[in-house]
Amino acid sequence: MSALIVTLAGIAVIGLVVWWFWLSKPRATRVVSQDAIEIRVKDGTYQPAAIEVAAGQALNLKFVREDATPCAEKVVFDDLGITADLPLNQAKTVAIPGLTPGEHEFTCQMGMYRGRLIARP
Amino acid sequence: MRCAGCVGAVETALRALPGVQQADVNFADRTATVRGEVSQGALIEAVVKAGYQARQVEEETDNGEQQAAEQAHYRKLLHQSWFALAVAVPALLFGFPAMLGGAIPHTLMRWGSPVLAVLTLCVMLYSGPQFFKGAWKSLRNHNATMDTLISVGLGAAWGYSVTVTLAPQWFPAGTAEPFWDVIAVVTGLVVLGQALEMRARGRTSEAVKRLIGLKPKTARVVRNGQEIDVPLAEVHVGEILRVRPGEKIPVDGVLTEGHSSVDESMLTGEPMPLEKSAGNEVAGGTLNKSGSFLFRATRVGKDTALSRIVEMVKQAQGAKPAIGRLADVIAAYFVPAVLIIAVVTFVVWFDFGPEPHLNYAMVAAVTVLVIACPCALGLATPMSVMVGVGKAAEHGILIRNGDALQQAGRLTTIVLDKTGTVTQGKPAVTAIVPVPGMAAGTVLQWAASLEAGSEHPLAEAIVAKARESGLSWPAATQFQAVAGHGVHGQVEGAHVRLGNSKFMEDHGIDCKPLRSEAERQAAGAATPMYLAANGKLAGIIAVADPVKADSQQAIERLRQLGIRVVMLTGDNAATAHAVAAKVGISEVMAEVLPQDKDKQVAELMRHGEIVGMVGDGINDAPALARADVGFAIGTGTDVAIESADITLMSGSLNGVANAIAISRATVRNIKQNLFGAFIYNSLGIPVAAGVLYPVFGLLLNPMIAGAAMAMSSVTVVSNAGRLRWFKP
Repeated sequence: MSALIVTLAGIAVIGLVVWWFWLSKPRATRVVSQDAIEIRVKDGTYQPAAIEVAAGQALNLKFVREDATPCAEKVVFDDLGITADLPLNQAKTVAIPGLTPGEHEFTCQMGMYRGRLIARP
Repeated sequence: MRCAGCVGAVETALRALPGVQQADVNFADRTATVRGEVSQGALIEAVVKAGYQARQVEEETDNGEQQAAEQAHYRKLLHQSWFALAVAVPALLFGFPAMLGGAIPHTLMRWGSPVLAVLTLCVMLYSGPQFFKGAWKSLRNHNATMDTLISVGLGAAWGYSVTVTLAPQWFPAGTAEPFWDVIAVVTGLVVLGQALEMRARGRTSEAVKRLIGLKPKTARVVRNGQEIDVPLAEVHVGEILRVRPGEKIPVDGVLTEGHSSVDESMLTGEPMPLEKSAGNEVAGGTLNKSGSFLFRATRVGKDTALSRIVEMVKQAQGAKPAIGRLADVIAAYFVPAVLIIAVVTFVVWFDFGPEPHLNYAMVAAVTVLVIACPCALGLATPMSVMVGVGKAAEHGILIRNGDALQQAGRLTTIVLDKTGTVTQGKPAVTAIVPVPGMAAGTVLQWAASLEAGSEHPLAEAIVAKARESGLSWPAATQFQAVAGHGVHGQVEGAHVRLGNSKFMEDHGIDCKPLRSEAERQAAGAATPMYLAANGKLAGIIAVADPVKADSQQAIERLRQLGIRVVMLTGDNAATAHAVAAKVGISEVMAEVLPQDKDKQVAELMRHGEIVGMVGDGINDAPALARADVGFAIGTGTDVAIESADITLMSGSLNGVANAIAISRATVRNIKQNLFGAFIYNSLGIPVAAGVLYPVFGLLLNPMIAGAAMAMSSVTVVSNAGRLRWFKP
């Protein structure tokens, strides 16, 4: 009996993992401001991690790194060919050119910290 | 500034200064942007007078401040690790009383578990809060990282241990074993691993730190006839600066007075100091060796060659070569997959494992969570790229992107442009042979008169030689140029012609007396030009573009690397073959029109060659862009550098061989790292899950898994660090 309960619970947890990490996406922060969008690099994450922007419009992202882990020291926009060093406890503005509609990911060098720019037409 | 009201006060203070046209204060990031002509010191003073503090925003991150912050973090990690490992001692003694010969008093055993519950909670709160914070934040973003694995592992182990301590009766006999030791040891080792990794990572970015460190902090500017020391940021374009022997040159400029030898090895990798005199360019960050001189600043701040190099190297260090992409894709799915494997492991051990099955299930699941190391996978490529790109920069090789770094090592053919690449690109007179009875000086003087107004490289060589020989020359009249043949005009009453043999023969001038000499010169890679006065041959002047001193040796190195070397030039076949023979190239494509250079490269690529093109001129740009890897000679045109994937700061072709050798070493290093990380995870996780248990009875202890996990990332970073010792 206990085996059955543990098995069912296990299947439920696996379903939850698949759904939460792979199938569902976090809600994006919509950007209306013309100023630089501030992204905090803190506790192993980018905050906000999903940002909705208008496609084709150049924008500035202001990264403020409060996370001393060396993983956080670079931010890489792989598909845009942009890399920036993020100094600790200082703001670093990264200029992003007008984006094509769709998702553009930014990550730390190892791809563990993940964020997305969602460009809407 | 505490409120938006302060913005107005600071802006008013700044705008009141004479010379300030515009001043805007941004409250959000506490910065002021000022336009106008005013010193930085005056601005800061105005802000301070208004009751606030101000400092200049550093263009480059302050190295010292950054290092101090990193050091502080490193020390914090060490303290966190020591605390966890200190708690691990009693936890281990409690878990394995046999270590003390089983002589732990009964009371201690009874109270040990609750005390350790509190101590390990302290371990998680002091030594590992970053895991839990990171995991929670990532979880909210639907993301899973190494923090997720560690915190789920630690959390499950602690929750289980507390439950068995508080309610042992809920568990079957023999299964109520707490994991206090696992919590303390795993936390301690993983944090220690992070500290060691941080230490090793610091060394991987040394190259850029060294480049940034080349910049002096101050410059000696001549203002109102006085030499004053000012911060580097206050140097403006057009100002005259003084550099003394042994000092670093602060910004880019042109030498105006004095002469010296300058060590540019930090930028070009070229070990020999270069002689500089008035009119020569000097680069910021290079070292003045012998003399004192004045120079005019032409580029300052982020426009200097050094700043641009630092920016380019930083960009390239974050780039991902194609080889690393697979690891990225895997890393994105890795952590959730490990969570699933841990759940499956738990269920299988619980359902089918031996007694006490709950304990086995818990051990195996926690071990899977702890042993999996996404960091090793994620670090494998970027660490090697960081060191490889930095290593290249040390040798004066600037790699623009990750793919160029990878492709350079795979090249099968190198196509070399001749002029400026294999040769110096500066034609010089190599011989003046007059007919008997004629003075060599007269031949040169007449030729200089004809060529004085021309900008053709050959003409420049003749005029330069005449100037060097201390000659003065009368101006030519009735000057005419015949395209592809030569020039003629009146010089002091004589009708003088300078050109090729066809030009002479067309005008009935007999070239026979010097024909064999002319052929000898052509065979020696020089271009012979005949000079005739009043219809009679007077002599020949041979102009050649000398090959660079190390071209032959560099080409030999390329050949030893197994690379086919081809020379591509618009020059005539005889000269091209002569130059090729001098440097040991057997394949020559001569008389190629500039617009056809890229077609030749494309043709080679069509035949399956992986082609690297090396060039310096505007006309090479399409071929550089077309090739698999374009190498621009840094002394060449900006257009060529823009079109290239790799820039060689020194003019030497050895840079190509070095770039290829560094690329091969870096890619080899990436492969070792990726192989290690894949093997580690693909063997470690199944072993942790207990696949060896049915046959060998082997099940890993989570503490060993923690140590292995910590060491795996340290190993990857250290292996990448080995590249620092690579010598191309």
